[in-house]
Amino acid sequence: MSETVEKIEIACLVNGEWRSARVYPLARLLDVIRGEMRLTGTKEGCGEGECGACALLMNGAIVNSCLVPAAEADGAEIHTIEGVASGDQLSAVQSAFLECGGAQCGICTPGMVIAAAALLARHPHPGDAEIREGLAGNLCRCTGYQKIFTSVVRACESGREKSPGNR
Amino acid sequence: MRAYIPAYDLRVPGNLSEALAILGREPGVWQPFAGGTDLMVLLEAGKLSHRKFLSLTKLADFRGVEVTSGAVILGALTTYMEIQRHPGLQSEFPLLCTAARETGSIATQNRGTIGGNIVNASPAADSPPALLVYDAEVELVSERGVRWLPYHGFHTGYKKMQIAADELLRAIRLPRRAEPWKQYYRKVGTRKAQAISKVCFAGAAQMEDGIVRGIRIALGSVAPIVLRAVRAEASIRGKKITPELIAATKDILGHEIAPIDDIRSTARYRLRVAQNLLAEFLMQLAR
Repeated sequence: MSETVEKIEIACLVNGEWRSARVYPLARLLDVIRGEMRLTGTKEGCGEGECGACALLMNGAIVNSCLVPAAEADGAEIHTIEGVASGDQLSAVQSAFLECGGAQCGICTPGMVIAAAALLARHPHPGDAEIREGLAGNLCRCTGYQKIFTSVVRACESGREKSPGNR
Repeated sequence: MRAYIPAYDLRVPGNLSEALAILGREPGVWQPFAGGTDLMVLLEAGKLSHRKFLSLTKLADFRGVEVTSGAVILGALTTYMEIQRHPGLQSEFPLLCTAARETGSIATQNRGTIGGNIVNASPAADSPPALLVYDAEVELVSERGVRWLPYHGFHTGYKKMQIAADELLRAIRLPRRAEPWKQYYRKVGTRKAQAISKVCFAGAAQMEDGIVRGIRIALGSVAPIVLRAVRAEASIRGKKITPELIAATKDILGHEIAPIDDIRSTARYRLRVAQNLLAEFLMQLAR
């Protein structure tokens, strides 16, 4: 067995609540969120930053949590899929995904919703090219993307999307 | 297979002197860690070369973009997203902004850094061709002092660089030019979004009455290092663009680069595409 390093204590503001965990410094933020903090809405797809299933907002910017080491998330403000709805009130993006069939198996969906929310926070009225660019880092193996694209268009039309960070 | 995480350390020093002291005490033991968008992929694959990593995230003087009268100075931790959104870079260094926008996804661009892209030393990296065309210089710091080097020549072989084990790359300097240059950047990959380049081409030229006065050409993914095509440049400088000159220069470029077959493409395809990108660039200059 290899020599092991000491765990460190980190604290993050996760969906508005301070959470702490004792973790190995190079542990993936994805595993800290899912394993230590029991927020399993964030999914693991490829584990190498290609698919976007593990996307979340870190200090307001979308990142792939499989590529963020725990030690660098200390003190960060994190928003996960669990923080997108307000209580029972779904966000515009979430409602649109339901209405338009934007979700099938569901593995890519949390990352897609986070990516769409990050896009709309910056561009409340994105053009088609901006939507495609905003979702380009998220892979889906079920939908063929068109229904996801339509969902984001619908969410813009409904016009009540707010960034989870602004809530 | 994923690395055994408990065996890996990541120290987060709060300031530069602390970071340099750690590197100076055990040079070669600690590998600097910037955005992590390459190193964390190696962690997942179990292919990290080091056990101990030094996070640069709290080093304030490695961040920010400073615009002076003669140059734009980028902190090494400037992210791809910060680069593409910077108005001064957009107007004067558009090739770098395009490279930043075409590297990875938005999530990668929010974490990946220009300094990390340089010292990761991939010959397929997308921002180095732009940096070569802009005659960038890099600043290296250690406990022994500070030095500036031209970026051209910084990479000496595959994954080999002129940086000592106790040094950190702190900043990148782009000299500003008074006169306008015609600029060209094109990345060819498998798909538009987040592909690694098969070939990447950056060029800039200063034209005067149809004659090429100044020219710089650089390519990625066609040699063990990102390459400045100095022989192709020399064949064009001082001349008028003609079909004969384009054909002759394509031939020279073909001998200057050394593409290989790998998982992303073949040597033959890369050679043809590199030559065609050169021709497209030169035809745009002639217009």
